[in-house]
Parts: sequence; C-alpha cells; structure tokens
Amino acid sequence: MTYPAGRIHAVLFVILCGLVLLLPFVVYKILLMKIMCFAIFAMAFNLLLGFGGLMSFGHAAFFGLGSYMAAHGAKELGFSAIESVVFAMVLSGLLGLIFGWIALKRQGIYFAMISLALAQLVFYAIWRADFAGGENGIQAVPRGMFLGMVDLSNDWNIYVLFTLIFLGCTLLVYRIVHSPFGQIVKGIRDNEARAISIGYDTARFKLILFVLSATLSGLGGGLKAIVLQFATLTDVHWVTSGEVVLMVLVGGIGTLAGPIVGAAIMVVVHDYLAWLGPWVMVVQGSIFILTVLLFRQGIIGTIGRKLGISL
Amino acid sequence: MSFQLLAGQLVLGLINGSFYALLSLGLAIIFGILNIANFAHGAQYMFGAMLAWGLLEYAGIGYWYALPLVFLGAGLLGLLTEAIFIRRMYHVDPLYGILLTFGITLMMQGVFRNYYGVSGLPYSVPASLSGSWNLGVMYLPIYRVWVIVAAVVICFLTWYTIEKTRIGANLRAATENPTLAEAFGLNVPLLKAAAYAGGVGLAGLAGAFAAPVYSVNPMMGSEIVIVAFAVVVIGGMGSIKGAIIAGFSMGALEGLAKVFWPEFSAMVIYIVMVAVILYRPGVDIFGRKV
Repeated sequence: MTYPAGRIHAVLFVILCGLVLLLPFVVYKILLMKIMCFAIFAMAFNLLLGFGGLMSFGHAAFFGLGSYMAAHGAKELGFSAIESVVFAMVLSGLLGLIFGWIALKRQGIYFAMISLALAQLVFYAIWRADFAGGENGIQAVPRGMFLGMVDLSNDWNIYVLFTLIFLGCTLLVYRIVHSPFGQIVKGIRDNEARAISIGYDTARFKLILFVLSATLSGLGGGLKAIVLQFATLTDVHWVTSGEVVLMVLVGGIGTLAGPIVGAAIMVVVHDYLAWLGPWVMVVQGSIFILTVLLFRQGIIGTIGRKLGISL
Repeated sequence: MSFQLLAGQLVLGLINGSFYALLSLGLAIIFGILNIANFAHGAQYMFGAMLAWGLLEYAGIGYWYALPLVFLGAGLLGLLTEAIFIRRMYHVDPLYGILLTFGITLMMQGVFRNYYGVSGLPYSVPASLSGSWNLGVMYLPIYRVWVIVAAVVICFLTWYTIEKTRIGANLRAATENPTLAEAFGLNVPLLKAAAYAGGVGLAGLAGAFAAPVYSVNPMMGSEIVIVAFAVVVIGGMGSIKGAIIAGFSMGALEGLAKVFWPEFSAMVIYIVMVAVILYRPGVDIFGRKV
C-alpha cells in the first residue's frame, strides 16, 4: 500500500513538532538551538544543491556574514534580536545576489571552485574589518528583548522563538520545493537544455534560487550569533563551508528531512567529541570519505529509497 | 616609496608565485586528466613539507637528498590515494571528487595536528644556499633565488613532458577521448594513476621547497590550495601553460599589492579571478571555450 507523499510529509512534520516540544526536557536547550541554526543553514544549502543541482563550496560566506551582521546589529547598532536577524538576512541575500551573478557564469566543478574562492574573499574582508574584531570576533552579543516584552536571555523564551522560526523555515522550504518555482528549478537541474527550449530563463531561476539559499543561510548564521552570543572567524571559514556540505551529504542530498538529520548528527558529533581534539577532524574526514564512497544517498535518502518514497 | 621596498616585495611575490605555479600546475594536470578538483592538494603540499622536516629530524637526511625523496614519497602517497579512493570517483558526478578529497584533507590535517600541534616546526635553509647577494640596492637571499629558478625549471620540464613527449601525447590522448585511447591500446587507468601521482609529487616537492621559507605546520596548505584553485580558474581550467603563467604573475601581483594596497593584498588574486570570469565568460585566457 502506498501513501500520498503529502500525507507522509505531514506525519514527518508532526513528528518534528513533537521532537522540538519534548527534547528540551531531556537535552541541553542551547545545543538544540545550535542544531536548529545549522539545520536552517543545511536546508538552505540543500535547496541549492539538492533541488537546483548547484554545488556551492563557499556557503560559509553567507552564514558567516549573517552571523557577523546580526552580532554587530545587536551589539553596536541597538537592533533587537529580530531586527538583527532580518538585517543579517538582507545583507546575506545581497551578497548572494552578487556572488550568484558571478559564480553562475561557470558550471559544475568550476562553479564549486569559484564559490570557494569568493567565500575566501569574504573571509579576508571580515578578518580585516574593524568592526569584526579580528581573531577575537564579536563577543558578548546581547540577546535583548522580543517585541520589547519577552526577555530572550531566558533560555526557555528564546527556545520558543527559535522553534517557531525553525518550524516556519521548514514549512517555507517545503513550500518552495513544491511550488511551480521549485518544479521549474528541478526541471533545470535535470535537463537545462530542455528547460531553455520550453522558454524558461534558466539563468534567472538559478540566480533567484541562489539568493534564496544565501538569505536563509544568513538567517541560520544570524540566529546562531544571537543564541550563542558571539560571531567568530570559524563561521566564515572554509571549514564551515565543508561542514554544511557534510551535513547535507550525510542526511541525504535532495531530501526534505535529510539536512535536519545531518545537521543534528554533525552538531552532536562536534559537541560530544570535542574532547578528542584534532581527532574530530579525522572523524569528520572519515565520515566524508565513507559517505562519498559507500553511502552517497545519505541516511534519509537510503531509507526513502528502501521504502520507495521521497522523504 | 623606495625602489628597495618594491623590488623586495616583487621577489617575495615571485616566491609565492613559484608555489602557486607548482601547485596550480599539479591541480591543472589532475583536473585535465582525471576530471577531479583535488582539494587535498594543500594537504599533500603540507605532507611534502612535513616529510622533508621528518627526514631531517628523524633520519638526519638533509635538504638535497630530501628533495628527490619527498617527490617520490609524495608520488607514492598519490598512487595509494588514487588506488584506494580517487579511482572510485571516475564514474560518478565530478562533484563527489571534490567532496572526497575534502574528506582526505580533513583526515590528513587532523592526524598531523594531533602529533605536531599547530605551531610551526623549524627547518633551516641548507648551508649551501644560505646567505644573500648584495646587489647594491638590496640584499637578495640566495635561497629565494633558488626556489624561483627551480620552480621555473620544474614547470618548464613538466610542460615539455606533457606537450612534447610521447608520454605526454598519450596522456593528452587519454584526456581528449579515453574510450578511443583505450581502443588504441593505451592503458588509460595507468595513465590516470600516473597523472595523479605526478601531480601529488609536484605538490609534495613544493612543500619541501616551502619548508625553509614558511613555517612547517599541519595547516600550512589549507589557504594556499584555495589560492591555487583561483589561479587555475584564472589560467583556464586544465591548461598547463595557463596555470604556470597565472601562478607566477599572480604571485608578483600579490607582491606589488603588498606595497600599494597592503590591506587588500590577500584578496587581490580573488579579485582578478572575478574580473576574468566577468570579462571573459565561458573562455580561458587563451580564448578557448571552457
């Protein structure tokens, strides 16, 4: 017996809601919020790679810019948490517009290498910028108030706000993927020549997708800066670009649930294995290699294929 | 601004350019023949430097013997890496190749960091190349001249091997049309393995050249590989000549930028890359389609 995909996705969403409701009673809330930030980042990246077929190797530029802009907005410009995050999203989206315009002039592996080099440009710019504090980054970012009433320094308050934003993001990504726009983007991924012959301006669709992905990555970075109360050079470093690729790869490229699962696994690996020191890199590297060699569809992709449904 | 400062930075820039050229050359060969963007190139460069350091530290083998040994050692590492990992990427989307080599990079850096930390290990300039020449207007360290000359010679030899010899002709045939090359009796898998090993050997050799100039540490290859990627894009992906010319000229340009525009010197190569992409969409610097 087969179920309609929409019903399965609804069930998955209910399970996700249940998890974010129950987990804060057993798991450290900061860790859960960190997972949500990276899950948003991974969903944004997957939107581009999984549904657009565009492999960016420099997405830390948008996540990191988001992180720094939200931190700067909240600490120096007197923005509230929400204003800071919106500020971060707008600037990351603008950067995405510029970088997408440049990088989309090349394809495939060239696109990956160019996005990596462009991200390095952002890394140096932030490293050099006066407001960004060099090696120290921006620390002691205030969480502030929500709508002037709710104190976000309380972990429960900020958890509820983050959960709502995270669930909203999940629905938004679902909506984008299943919209006519999403269908066209998938059509371009599978056969660009055909999409062009039907009359679609494929370059424009790819650029819109890139900007969307960059904006959501900025949201992930901005939220991260607010909850952890700092922005560091790691946020904008190529290692972070690699990490988001790994999250999506492990979870399952082109699946809806994959990026969330992948982000949860990688953040937990990072936090619980921190005592391993440099061996964490070796563990991450091994996961990368094993997934690429043996397990290219990732966890959710493999489960989905076994069950014959798209998750 | 003094002439001394300008000339000094130009020499420094050409040194960096030598490393960019050697690394981009290997990347271009590997990309051209295997269609793999070898992210591990930086880690393999680091491996070469660590190997040169280790040979001296543990076995007392000095610089001159270390150079050929490092080339062979890195080449062997390349052969093993190709046989165990890279080979499995030939029939899947090339994007997985960059992910796989990224994983290899993390593993290599992690292992070396665990044993040697992140602070630099000292490797002194060999006695035969220490000291500097007094040119009247500036002092020219002999080791730097040696690195630049050696890099030019190695680049030329590699270019010559690929463009003018029979081995090179076979390699180019395998790149152009692997199926047809195989039908003519060429051992294409062997050629690919050799190309990867050669590229890695060049990266290792560059690392050995770098050991006395930069500090030897496990992260030393992590930034330079991204610069090398940008250089390869500027020179035209897979173009050997383009990689060499772009490598040296980008090094020199970066050196000049340190004089005129110090805050932005680290960015100048990426800016040139953007200009090349925008100004010549779809073609490399020789006007060929990419």
